[in-house]
Amino acid sequence: MKFRTHKLDNGLQIIAECNEHAYSTSLAFFVSTGSRDETPEVAGVSHFLEHMVFKGTPTRSADDVNRELDELGSHSNAYTSEEQTVYYATVLPEYQNEVVDLLADIMRPALRQDDFDSEKKVIIEEIYQYDDQPPFGAYEKCMAAYFGKHPLGNNVLGSVDSVGAMSPEAMRKYFEARYNPGNMTLVACGNVDFEALIDEANRHCGSWSQFETDRKTNRSEGHEGIQRLQKETASQEYAVMVSGGPAANDPLRYAARLMTYSLGDDGGSRFYWSLVDPGVAEYAGASLNEFDGDGIVMSYLCCGPDEATQNLERIGEIQKDLDANGITADELELAKSKVCSQLVRRSERPSNRLFSIGSSWLLRNEHRTVKESIDAYQAVTLNDVQAVLEKYPLSKTMTVSVGP
Amino acid sequence: VSQRTYHHTFENGLTLLGEEMPWLESAAFAFLIRAGAVHDPADRLGLSNLTCDMLQRGSGDLSNREFVEALERLGIERASSVSLAHSSYSGATLASNLLPTISHYADLLRRPQFPEDQLEESRQVCFQELRANQDDLAQRTLERVRQLQYPAPWGRSVQGTAEDVAAISIDDVRQHFQRWYNPTGSIVSVAGKINWAELKDHVGQLFADWSPQPEHVIEESEGPTQQGQILHDSAQTHIAISYPSVPYRHEDYYQARAAVGVLSDGMSSRLFKEIREKEGLCYTIYATVNTLRDRGSVICYGASSTERAQELCDRTLHELKRMEQGVQETELDRLKARIKSSLIMQQESSASRSVSMAIDWYHLGLIRSMKEVSEAINSLTAESISDYLKRNPPKDFKVAAIGAKALEVSV
Repeated sequence: MKFRTHKLDNGLQIIAECNEHAYSTSLAFFVSTGSRDETPEVAGVSHFLEHMVFKGTPTRSADDVNRELDELGSHSNAYTSEEQTVYYATVLPEYQNEVVDLLADIMRPALRQDDFDSEKKVIIEEIYQYDDQPPFGAYEKCMAAYFGKHPLGNNVLGSVDSVGAMSPEAMRKYFEARYNPGNMTLVACGNVDFEALIDEANRHCGSWSQFETDRKTNRSEGHEGIQRLQKETASQEYAVMVSGGPAANDPLRYAARLMTYSLGDDGGSRFYWSLVDPGVAEYAGASLNEFDGDGIVMSYLCCGPDEATQNLERIGEIQKDLDANGITADELELAKSKVCSQLVRRSERPSNRLFSIGSSWLLRNEHRTVKESIDAYQAVTLNDVQAVLEKYPLSKTMTVSVGP
Repeated sequence: VSQRTYHHTFENGLTLLGEEMPWLESAAFAFLIRAGAVHDPADRLGLSNLTCDMLQRGSGDLSNREFVEALERLGIERASSVSLAHSSYSGATLASNLLPTISHYADLLRRPQFPEDQLEESRQVCFQELRANQDDLAQRTLERVRQLQYPAPWGRSVQGTAEDVAAISIDDVRQHFQRWYNPTGSIVSVAGKINWAELKDHVGQLFADWSPQPEHVIEESEGPTQQGQILHDSAQTHIAISYPSVPYRHEDYYQARAAVGVLSDGMSSRLFKEIREKEGLCYTIYATVNTLRDRGSVICYGASSTERAQELCDRTLHELKRMEQGVQETELDRLKARIKSSLIMQQESSASRSVSMAIDWYHLGLIRSMKEVSEAINSLTAESISDYLKRNPPKDFKVAAIGAKALEVSV
């Protein structure tokens, strides 16, 4: 396993974790842009643009892009989050050059009006699809309530109104402000020919012009409160809770992640034993979400509507108990064992490992081997977990609950 | 890629499958036990599901919490689920922890405690699942189309009904366990950095003295008549369409599978291209092969906002019917490229291999090697698939929908 990096003259960063024994090659363009980089008038543009990227370039039609991705036997897709837009494909190593050519080309999309109009309908259907499925908007509403005016509270999909009113010109303006080569990273993992990767990147991306991109990464103040929203047709109650957590570059993140396993791992945790095992909740979980300059601990609950109030109280007690007393030595050991085993298993596939490598580079400008990450988790002490809880008390939380 | 797969059927009927993948650090396992929801008594629908939960509430000398924590110390990511044909218990961990993990599962499957004082908790877990399922409109639409497609009990919902779950007693659970948790027809499949000889010895010690039970023939019936459409105040109308196809064991299976691939695999497939890309009618649309042992179907799902749902339904049916006219060589070439990379990439995942082998054994009584699959795929031609479609044109459609406005369906 070798880690390699290279930067093109225009600022495009290339990184790769190369393993000549791997069966596949995974490649992605990570663009450091997402809903936090949007203004309210273009809410949802990052995600809409992600769809439009597959709609063709000056030399390829939408059909060409889809057809070629399939001809290469690629397993490809894309996603948009609050702060990343990622385009990825996994192929057999023999197709590395072809897939780099294709991915690089679509990073400069044509944004044609007719494609824009038909894809807008798809996005609106996607928004409706989320409206119909649990947790019925609780995630987005809780993020908005916790972050308040801070842009991390922006909804990734936008709304039917904001997407409906969007023009290709507004999208192009956003594209031209964000898809700067210096704001993008070409990430490769698995059986990678790194020299060929640099050559192909130079050929296809070398002419992209460089410009300035910025992002404010001040920490949000984080609001507390509770909101209840009605969804008459729902059978269950769905709650999302957000409290503060360490940012992506904070060394406390390892301790925080282990703490969230003790709090809300879905196979065995405080939440599991007090809510799921006794059958008073269908699901209760917690996770750490790291952002550039900010971080949150997010907890979720799904339960019968009659049990919701009592369950939220139970969760409140668990949070207070952790804030006051931390977790036990045994809980810490269990969390380490789970996290480390998971890390090794998930890293076996280049198509999974790709995302860890890419995100780590985008957020921290660093690469850690699986072994180094395991060592960092193993080094966490109860004092570290205590420090996380003192700095980011779980009970300082925003709760949004949706149900009948 | 050369594969090292093994199988051994113990005298009591339990089959152990293994694949050595020495380049990995992990090992994954799957136990498939015959206790599927098709065996739930007609007045105890949901019993397999509840038994699966009760099984995990203490086994051997350990309480449920001690059991879970013992597995957590071994770094297991575990899952259990009930399907119509099986109850399955699977997991993955670092290969060095595999054998002690299998020992714990021997306790779980053979020596559950079934503590009566936890029956209510299990029942509540099942009620939670039933209510959560009500909120999953896509899942409900798919369940409904299965009910229309297959005779009872093959269209059943695994979760059963609230009335039946409320009536289940601890004796029901114990009897169900006695009848269905045994080596007859059960499969344990393990893949990853394993040593076959050592694994076989270990599993033999743990399971060889497990007593078999007689085979059982499932009686089918028409079942209750179901409405295909359910009115519900939702933003989209969720539509599922099914039609008969061949099962996995059928000699035409790969022809049928490839035809569905042309419909639905990849971004240049027909449903994606014609209905989503050209018309913008939906965000999600796909078709899959659903296979029982002796028969199969193709099930297609899509959703569109209320006003556009009729068009989605009509267009989808049109694409399905159009299959009769056959497929193009270029469509098949793309599909072959996708299947080839999927096959090779399976070698990166112990979990995917362990499940794949178990499914092969259940349907075929053998493990299909990657070489065989690859040869079968390579031998497909546009003519052979078109010929299959001519002989078996998609027809006899069943349509289920959940949404704010009823659809007009003419099939």
